[in-house]
Amino acid sequence: MRVENFLRSSALRTPQKTALVAGRARLGYGDLDLMSDRLAAAFRTRGVARGDRVAVFMDNGWEAVVTIFAVLKAGAVFVPINPSTKPEKLAHLLGHCRAAAIMTQARRVGVAAAALADAPSVRLALVCGDCCVPEAADWLRFEQAILDTEDAPPESKSVGAGSDLAMLIYTSGTTGVPKGVMMTHRNVEAAATLVNAYLENRADDTILSALPISFSYGLYQVFMAFMVGATVVLENSFAFPQAILNRMKEEQVTGLPLVPTMAALILQMRDLKPGDFPHLRYITNAASPLPPTHIARLQELFPAARIFSMYGQTECKRATYLPPEQLALRPDSVGLAMPGTEAYVVDEAGQRVGPGIVGELVVSGPHVMQGYWENPEATGQALRPGALPGWNVLYTGDLFRADAEGFLYFVARKDDIIKTRGEKVSPKEVEDVLYALPGVEEAVVFGVPDPILGMAIKAVVACDPGAPLTSDEVIRHCARHLEDFMVPKIVEFRTGLPKSDNGKIVRRQIAELALGAQT
Amino acid sequence: MTDDILSRVRTFIEENFLFRADASDLSDTDSLLESGVMDSTGVLEIVAFLESEFSVEMKDAEIVPENLDSISSITAYLERTLARAIAA
Repeated sequence: MRVENFLRSSALRTPQKTALVAGRARLGYGDLDLMSDRLAAAFRTRGVARGDRVAVFMDNGWEAVVTIFAVLKAGAVFVPINPSTKPEKLAHLLGHCRAAAIMTQARRVGVAAAALADAPSVRLALVCGDCCVPEAADWLRFEQAILDTEDAPPESKSVGAGSDLAMLIYTSGTTGVPKGVMMTHRNVEAAATLVNAYLENRADDTILSALPISFSYGLYQVFMAFMVGATVVLENSFAFPQAILNRMKEEQVTGLPLVPTMAALILQMRDLKPGDFPHLRYITNAASPLPPTHIARLQELFPAARIFSMYGQTECKRATYLPPEQLALRPDSVGLAMPGTEAYVVDEAGQRVGPGIVGELVVSGPHVMQGYWENPEATGQALRPGALPGWNVLYTGDLFRADAEGFLYFVARKDDIIKTRGEKVSPKEVEDVLYALPGVEEAVVFGVPDPILGMAIKAVVACDPGAPLTSDEVIRHCARHLEDFMVPKIVEFRTGLPKSDNGKIVRRQIAELALGAQT
Repeated sequence: MTDDILSRVRTFIEENFLFRADASDLSDTDSLLESGVMDSTGVLEIVAFLESEFSVEMKDAEIVPENLDSISSITAYLERTLARAIAA
């Protein structure tokens, strides 16, 4: 089934049922289906064709969800982009996938307009919300498009096949250049079905997601809910955990997907009492392992909830989950492969290793990506032929071990990618931005442990002695060019950075020294 | 008294957050969240600042956007709380 049919089917079955709650907006399945049909027609009449890429550069909200389904109904490929992306990177991403169109919101119009100056492939720009910016004067208004009945086809018909690409999700890589993960409709259907199965999501569930829809963990909350006709409550920020908890009570939320940073913020609260949320039947964790002490405290606070520790990556959406009954026995495990898929540890030669031996985790199944957009080299490194024809094995780049019963444990990244606030950050991407600041002669970026963020980003910089910089200046510069989660939290200045024998700055060495100095 | 509280709050925000978001012309009523000036760790820092600088003790229920999402909201929250403390 193509992804837009999750919405169509649920709209046929339960048109009045609340599909989405976002801010003060409450939308039924019928409403969403109708609005996305109209927007899809608007895309088609304005030349968006099957397979075209459409960037969705928006915060979490009902407009973003309508847009995503409209793009799919038009047979096109949506490209969700983190809303804190700055103009240069946005222009790069639009150019890289030769996007035909972009949808954004009034708040981001300035950034989008600046990016469009360098993105000639984009023929159609849309905006939602109150916007009076001259650069967007001839942009199509979302509100107009969803009310317009003229373009709407007499019956809703799907354009395209299940084997078509549904989405392109850009993910950070070690080279500093983001890679576009290609997922077909079949990939998405497979992944959503697999995760819904172990979470046992049903129509009477209400899932609250404060995770950005620009990455798969957040995006799939919508897909999984729509597949079964459940309700999703979308929030934009976890800055105020109390506000989230209030919402959970109001909406009688049954499912809460978290990343460790959110769990840490909940556990920082002072007045939370066990048993305040009897409706909450599950909590999930992904992006980084949840410390066992945090798992235990969460369980105390939410005794009715089952806690799922999970692991995955954009390239396969999810790979493993730990059945909650196993938490008491092995709280630091991320579990087993989802049924119908494989996830196992291999050595450098690609051979399976025995229990206790650290190696790279590989994954295979219908959820594994098709490859990286127009990047055969990176694709060739990540995807290698498996035992059966057409069945690729994904090399995750994560080091794992298994125990005697086959349960898996995350050990470390093979490369220097930093996981902070649940997001991937490429040190090289941050370093490239630092080098663009006049006065910076040498720079190295790595993660340091942080109780809330998991890892915080630290930059060590050597400046031109004639033009010394302050931390504020360095951070401000980074904030202008990088997404918010990539901006260094700590800046340290040194007169020179240690180098290896061949004159290269060795990031790992400096990071280890820094950690050693801390402990 | 209001002006004094407001300027102390503004100074704290400007010194600790504005360089992050590059939001140099933040008005008293602009949303700190929406302008990107404040994120989850930012909220914790503001709470810590208010508690130490103004000797208030914030309950979980008070750590909400209505009280903290703009310079003027923070000022209004402080005035209410400090007035209650004086009255008690």
